[in-house]
Amino acid sequence: MKNEALYNYLLRLGDDSLILGQRLAEWCGHGPILEEDIAMTNISLDLIGQAMNIFDYAAEIEGNGSDHDKIAMLRYEHQYVNTLLVEQPNKDFAFTMVRQFIFDAFRKPLYELMQNSKDKQLSAIAEKSLKETKYHLKHSSEWVIRMGDGTEESHNRAQKAVDDLWRYADELFFQDDVEKSLIENGILPKYDEVKQAWQQTVEAVMNEATLQIPTNGWTFGGGRIGRHSEHMGFILAELQYMQRAYPNMQW
Amino acid sequence: MPMQKNEQKEEWQFKHYFHQSNRNIMSNQEWPLWEVFIRSKQGLNHKHVGSLRAADATMALENARDVYTRRSEGISIWVVESNLVHASDPTEADMFFEPSDSKIYRHPTFYEVPDGVKHM
Repeated sequence: MKNEALYNYLLRLGDDSLILGQRLAEWCGHGPILEEDIAMTNISLDLIGQAMNIFDYAAEIEGNGSDHDKIAMLRYEHQYVNTLLVEQPNKDFAFTMVRQFIFDAFRKPLYELMQNSKDKQLSAIAEKSLKETKYHLKHSSEWVIRMGDGTEESHNRAQKAVDDLWRYADELFFQDDVEKSLIENGILPKYDEVKQAWQQTVEAVMNEATLQIPTNGWTFGGGRIGRHSEHMGFILAELQYMQRAYPNMQW
Repeated sequence: MPMQKNEQKEEWQFKHYFHQSNRNIMSNQEWPLWEVFIRSKQGLNHKHVGSLRAADATMALENARDVYTRRSEGISIWVVESNLVHASDPTEADMFFEPSDSKIYRHPTFYEVPDGVKHM
């Protein structure tokens, strides 16, 4: 395949959006209040829409009659290359919002810098997604601050979420030959710049939220190369059910 | 913190009215109601579209954005706490509104418009 590195990267980028979108969709009808229920499903749809644009581009590179539905719905578990962070279960609202915040704080600078990509289509995807992502980050960081700097219970739940999720943050900055070659060719931004911006946002918000960032240095990874946690199979069972049961169905 | 319900309410209201950014809202107290006004792309004025619950003005604006503008309904949002809206008393509707029903002369419909006038 021509442009194989870009294709592989697009799957990594798109799978993060798709799987987190699917996770957020699980809140539909279960949100703590009606307004938040709608907010979370709006964000879910934004992410799935982003995945659609990204997979459209991947399908174009792949050729052979591929399309975004085939890429999203018909791969096996080890072919999904999302980070472990986005597949973690929703648990409580604090857990969902902290997961979202860690992710949004990464996605915003990534898209901002990706707008300068030498690849015009990737730059256009970044520009379009950035507007949505800015709002997602505003929403999730306000909730992290509200809960962290809230009551004893909300603080404890938010802190527990930070303690449990922090080990998955590092994988967002995963790099192998795929990313490295794209960074070299000016198609992806330099990851240390993305990480610096991420770090600033995370530290500022955690500080305001009176939450402690764990210092044990534990990191988990594997999702980027198709090795997932036990949760992934259940997500795909739900996500893929209709396409597997009724192949090529549309609605 | 353990508090009597009334005390909690008082503390809540105090913060609610006198602090711009009230974060200490993670309590069992029900969040206040807000009225939402949206200005559409073509519209000149904000129109009342409904209400919602939120802990503070920031959250109210975001909730309004999520609930009332997801189909591109607007380009500007106002939120006003419902308890700051003073409404006319429905039991006084006859005194308030009916007297004007019989005063059709208040409408400018009794003027003869000269033939040469355009744009009326």
